[in-house]
Amino acid sequence: MFDYIGHTLQNPLPVTSGWLESLHQKARLGALGRKVSDESATESWKYSSLCALEENNYATTAKPDPEPDLLDKTLSQTIGIDKSNAHNLVFVNGLFSAELSDVEPPPGVEFVRFSHAEGQHLTSINASLGTMADKHQSIFRVLNELHLKDGMYIRVNKNVELDKPIQIVWLTTRQAQSYTVSSRVLIELEPGSKAQIFETFTSDDAQQNSFTNNVTELLLREGAYLQHFRVHQEQEDALHIGAVHADLYENATLKSFHLALGGALKRVDVAVNLLGEGADSEQFGAYLLCNDQHMDYHTSTEHFVPNCTSNEVFRGVVGGRSKAVFNGRIHIHPGAQKTLARLSNKNLLTSDTAEVDTKPELEIYADDVQCAHGATVAQLDELAIHYLQTRGISRAKAKALLSYGFVAMLLEQVPEPVFAEHITAIINHYFQRHYSEEGCDE
Amino acid sequence: MLTIKNLQANVEGKPILKGLDLEIKPGEVHAIMGPNGSGKSTLGHVLAGRPGYEITGGSIFFKGENLIEMETEQRARNGLFLAFQYPVEIPGVSNMEFLKASVDALQEHKGEQPMDSVSFLRQAREMYKQVDLDPGFLKRGVNEGFSGGEKKRNELIQMLMLQPALAILDETDSGLDIDALQVVAEAVNSLRSCERSIVMITHYQRLLDYIKPDFVHVLSDGKIVRSGDKSLALELEEKGYGWISEVE
Repeated sequence: MFDYIGHTLQNPLPVTSGWLESLHQKARLGALGRKVSDESATESWKYSSLCALEENNYATTAKPDPEPDLLDKTLSQTIGIDKSNAHNLVFVNGLFSAELSDVEPPPGVEFVRFSHAEGQHLTSINASLGTMADKHQSIFRVLNELHLKDGMYIRVNKNVELDKPIQIVWLTTRQAQSYTVSSRVLIELEPGSKAQIFETFTSDDAQQNSFTNNVTELLLREGAYLQHFRVHQEQEDALHIGAVHADLYENATLKSFHLALGGALKRVDVAVNLLGEGADSEQFGAYLLCNDQHMDYHTSTEHFVPNCTSNEVFRGVVGGRSKAVFNGRIHIHPGAQKTLARLSNKNLLTSDTAEVDTKPELEIYADDVQCAHGATVAQLDELAIHYLQTRGISRAKAKALLSYGFVAMLLEQVPEPVFAEHITAIINHYFQRHYSEEGCDE
Repeated sequence: MLTIKNLQANVEGKPILKGLDLEIKPGEVHAIMGPNGSGKSTLGHVLAGRPGYEITGGSIFFKGENLIEMETEQRARNGLFLAFQYPVEIPGVSNMEFLKASVDALQEHKGEQPMDSVSFLRQAREMYKQVDLDPGFLKRGVNEGFSGGEKKRNELIQMLMLQPALAILDETDSGLDIDALQVVAEAVNSLRSCERSIVMITHYQRLLDYIKPDFVHVLSDGKIVRSGDKSLALELEEKGYGWISEVE
């Protein structure tokens, strides 16, 4: 068995700028003596196997890809929302690509690469980076830092409202084969600011077998408003263990939408910390799995203070021999009175060999709160399939329509037509391809 | 159009149709009446190919082809349409998406290009107006939260869009008030042509006041026990189904 952490420690990244070096140092201490197998034994990894990480050597950090022409072609065709409708930041194998990005930020916004950070920017980064992530002590957050060559700090200044979304494309290429791709972005919305962030993870090769470890940190100051989309479209053989951490201060609003197509092993930990009164978090998510894919969403919403609201709805369509894991936690801390928290996870199993492990968790330490949670697993309705067939629709198309219908209610929650259209197209394309494959799910 | 000979069918292992014969020629309108449990709806489901309805004997030929060997969607593409007694709710799939997929499938079968979205939408809106439903229903989930009458009308819209060669209406009149009944009748009458056949499965004579059948059949215990013209329906209305068993 391959010792991923041990090898990572033995192959340190070359020394870069001063402060990144100290980040690596700190991470090295955090990783010393730890093993992936120890993590496997924890409750958090009960239903998701880390075998894939111990079978191959991914321990070296990926290199940048020198073929931007190819990348540009790929980008314009398939990735993300229309580039002309967004401020685009493109990262190739974890590293920022100035050639493919709009380097000049829109007015009132700052894009600062970690390796270039100094002065007041550096102070801001140091004050916030990892403060959200570290609360959870996961070895993968430590490994993210250990493998991190660079990252990006995005700041939306006070009271600035963005005219167009910021699109972040995380692209892994063939060059990343058998490597770790580590990436990090810290997004800070200053008080009263308003923005949309659209993240897409994708790879350019179906056979691509690399390990992505991404952490996105969202810092929403007083009254800030953020719509955050995170779409995982990496191909079949991809490994991804990533995280989204958000801190919400007084009256801040986070509206997030997650979408994942499956891979060899994908896991996203989403933690939302409601730290200021009046903060509101709304999360919608969908996962679509087939073949031997695996997707694991672990979410936790931490109500630290009174008068906050959270609503979370995840739906999955799980077919083939795939496996979906969902763990949704609502944690209401002592004193967080007048909390309103809801959580729902519904799954559609489209084959006899697929598996769903879903677990909603409620932990409540305040007595004047309203909470609701629920999880279901269902199958396609044979009568509904028949009904569609009596109208000339093929069985495959009928299943695609019904599966689409199962997640479509989430799409109604996407406020921006540009985003809704894009996500609808991904979902439609997925189901059409999936059910047209001969014998799929029969 | 449709030739059924000595049809026998089981539902959950229980014989329901026990040797049914029926011949329908192009342009004809047939009404099938009969008491509860006589096999009226079973006949509709068997013709549509519903799972769980097992044909144990006899033959069905539709437009000269063996219907029994066709998949459900194949039957529909060849022009058979069943308006369900209990239309199925499909949350999340809009009537528009559903109708478009259906119309596209039939066009493709005919080797024609799919209808462009604008013409499709225009046509669909007209159909909604024709059956007195708000075209806003196009955006709603299929039958989702519809009243009984709205569901029945939604079935008719599908029928009007698909222009079937053979339309089977399974108790489309049940649960409708007089106004709605007239709307249904107008929609069905608008489809009448010398190339199209219609089968109405119904309990009551009143629908036949609005849609005049060429033939009326009485189904009892899985067989057609009596056939006649429209006067048979009036006789039934007057004397009740008990009369049939007495005559037998």
